[in-house]
Amino acid sequence: MSDTALAIRTDGLTKVFGKQTVVNGIDLAVPRGSVFGFLGPNGSGKTTSIRMLLGLATATSGEISLLGQKMPERAAGVLPRVGALIEGPGFYPFLSGTANLMRLDSADRFASGATRRRRVSEALERVGLTHAAGKKVHAYSLGMKQRLGIANALLTPRELIVLDEPTNGLDPQGTREVRNLVRSLTDEGTTVFVSSHLLAEIEQMCTHAAVMRAGSLVAQGGLDELRQAGQARVRLLTPDAAAARQVFASLGLEPGHPEPGAGGSNAAIDRFLPPGAGAGAGAGGDAGAGAAAEAGAGARDAVRHVADGETVSAPLPDEGMLAPDAIVAALVASGVRVRGFAVERATLEDLFVALTGEGFDVAQ
Amino acid sequence: MSRSDAEGAAAASAGRQTNAPVPVPLTPARGAGAGAGRPSAGWALMASELSVLFRRKRTVVMLLALALIPVLVAVAVRVSSAGSSGRGPAFIGQISENGLFVALVALTICIPLFLPLTVGVVAGDTIAGEASLGTLRYLLVSPVGRVRLLVVKFVAAVAFCLAATLVVVVAGVLIGAALFRVGPVTLLSGDTIGVGDSLLRALLIAGYVTVSLLGLSAIGLFISTLTDVPVGAMAATVVISIVAQVLDSLDQLSWLHPWLFSHYWLSFADLLRQPIEWSSFGSNALLQLGYVVVFGALAYGRFASKDVLS
Repeated sequence: MSDTALAIRTDGLTKVFGKQTVVNGIDLAVPRGSVFGFLGPNGSGKTTSIRMLLGLATATSGEISLLGQKMPERAAGVLPRVGALIEGPGFYPFLSGTANLMRLDSADRFASGATRRRRVSEALERVGLTHAAGKKVHAYSLGMKQRLGIANALLTPRELIVLDEPTNGLDPQGTREVRNLVRSLTDEGTTVFVSSHLLAEIEQMCTHAAVMRAGSLVAQGGLDELRQAGQARVRLLTPDAAAARQVFASLGLEPGHPEPGAGGSNAAIDRFLPPGAGAGAGAGGDAGAGAAAEAGAGARDAVRHVADGETVSAPLPDEGMLAPDAIVAALVASGVRVRGFAVERATLEDLFVALTGEGFDVAQ
Repeated sequence: MSRSDAEGAAAASAGRQTNAPVPVPLTPARGAGAGAGRPSAGWALMASELSVLFRRKRTVVMLLALALIPVLVAVAVRVSSAGSSGRGPAFIGQISENGLFVALVALTICIPLFLPLTVGVVAGDTIAGEASLGTLRYLLVSPVGRVRLLVVKFVAAVAFCLAATLVVVVAGVLIGAALFRVGPVTLLSGDTIGVGDSLLRALLIAGYVTVSLLGLSAIGLFISTLTDVPVGAMAATVVISIVAQVLDSLDQLSWLHPWLFSHYWLSFADLLRQPIEWSSFGSNALLQLGYVVVFGALAYGRFASKDVLS
C-alpha cells in the first residue's frame, strides 16, 4: 500500500531503554478509514509505540510516517490533524472540565479562537459531560476524566484519532458509548487507532488489528483475515468414538488433530504465528487424550458431557467442500449415535492467546 | 541526527508557517479543515498560561503572603513607634517619618528569602508540574513545540516575578500611606523629590528586583525539565538561591561574587540617588541575561531531546 493510503506506517520502529528493547522493529500499516485495534498484554510496548508515533519519545531506530508525513520532523503540521488519548487522561485538577479543554485547545495554533467555546461545548456534549462541564476536574470520577480525555481528542475535526485504552475506568454503558462514538467517527472518515488489552472491545469495533508481544509485532491484518487464521473444526459427541473416527477418515477429515495453531499443515495460521507459538498445544490428540487436549471452553464441555460419550473433533479443511449436514448424515448412516455436533471456529481470543502466551490479560 | 536537530528543524518550519500558507497536505483532508488554514501566532497559549498561573489558588496565596509582609512591618513599627534603636534593615527608622519607606523596607526583607521562595515554587513547577499532572503529553501533541512551551513557561515565570515584586511595593505604599504620614523623600544623594517622583522610583526598584530574579527563574526552569516531581524542582531552586547568597557572603570567595546571580540583589540603593546611578542596574541586567541564556540553553538541550514518559 502506498503512503497516502496509510494513516500510520512504521518501518522497523525500535525503542531501547538502557539494555531493554521495549519495541523491537515493528512495521505497522494502518489503512486510512480503518478502526485499527492495537492489542497486546500489559507491558508489551503498546504505549511506548504510541508515544513514538506522536513524537513524545524518540525512536532508537526506524521510520514513522503519520498521515503521509514524517514524524517527528513534521510534527507541527501533522499533529493538529491527530487527536489523542495517551495512557489515561491528564488534566489540571483545579480547573473545570471546560477550562481544561479551552487550555489544551489554545495550545493548538491551528484551532480557531473564535469557535473555541462552541467546539469545547460540542465535544463535551459528545461524550456526555455537559452537566459536569463547570465542575472542577478533581471532583470527576475516573470514568468522567476518561470521557474528558476523549472529548479533548475531538476538539477539532481530526483525520486520525489515537485512543490508548479508551474504556479504562468506564462502566459497561460508557464502554458502549465509546464504541458508538468510534463508529460515528469512522462514518465521518476518521481513522481510529485503538490500543487495548480487552479483546471483546477490539472484536466489536475494529476492522483491523495488530498484536504485540514483548515488543514485537506478532500479527497484523484485517479482522476477518485474522479470524480466518483460526480454522473451523467439527466436534462430535458420541459413545461410538471408534466408528466415528472411521467415518471421519472416510470423509477426508483427520480426527483427533491437535488444536488450531499447532499443525504445520495450515499455511493460513502459520502466517500469523511466531515460530513455536503453538508448540504447547501440539501434544495429545489420540483416542483417550482427545477430549483432554481440547483447550478452554472445549475442555469444560468435554468434562461435562463425558457421561454421554466421547468427543471426537477434527479440523474442517474447507467449508465449501463438506457440508456439516452431510457429515452428520454419513455418521448416522454408519450407525454412529450423534449426541452432539457442532462446527466451531476458533475465536480471536483463542488466536490471541496462542499468539501472546499465557500472560495475556484477557479476563480483565 | 539528534532529536534536538529535528526539533530545531520542526521549530524552524513552524516559524515559517506563521508567515506563509501551510503546505497543502499530500492527501485530501477528510476531516473538515483540520490542519488547514494559517496557524495563529500562539498568543492564546500565553494568555491561557497566565490565566492558569494567576487564577491558581497557590499563586494567589503566595501573593497574599507577600502582601502581608509590608503590612506586618508597618504595623510593627506603628505599634512600637517609640523610635528605632538603629537595628534592622536600612531605612526602617525612617518609616515613621515617611510611609513610602514601608515598601522599601518590605522589599529588602523579602529579597533574601520570600521572593526566591515563591519564584522557586513557580519556576520549579513550570515543566515538572505539567509532567506530574499528565498534561505535558497532551500539550506536546496539541501540538506545542517544545521550544515554544519553554518560552511560554519562562515568560509566565517572569510575569510572576513582576507581580510578586509589585505586590510588595504596592501593598507597602498603601499600608504606609494608611498608617504614616507621606511626604517628599530625601534621597541618598541628599536631594529631595516629591511624592509622585518617589512612587516612580518605587516602581523602578520593583523593576530592578524583577530583573534580579530572572536568573533564578531560568535556573528553576532548567531544573524543572530534569524531573517529573515538581516539589523536588521547587526545593532545589530555593536551595540554590540560598547557597548563592551564602557564597556571596564569604569573603574568601570574593572572586566568585560578581558571577553569583544573587550578587546584585540588594544593590538597588543606586536608584535612590539623583541623578540615578545606572551602573549597578546595568551589571545586574547583564549578569541575569547571562544566566537566562546559559540556563535557557541547558533547559532547551535537556527538554528538546527528552522522552516524555510521564
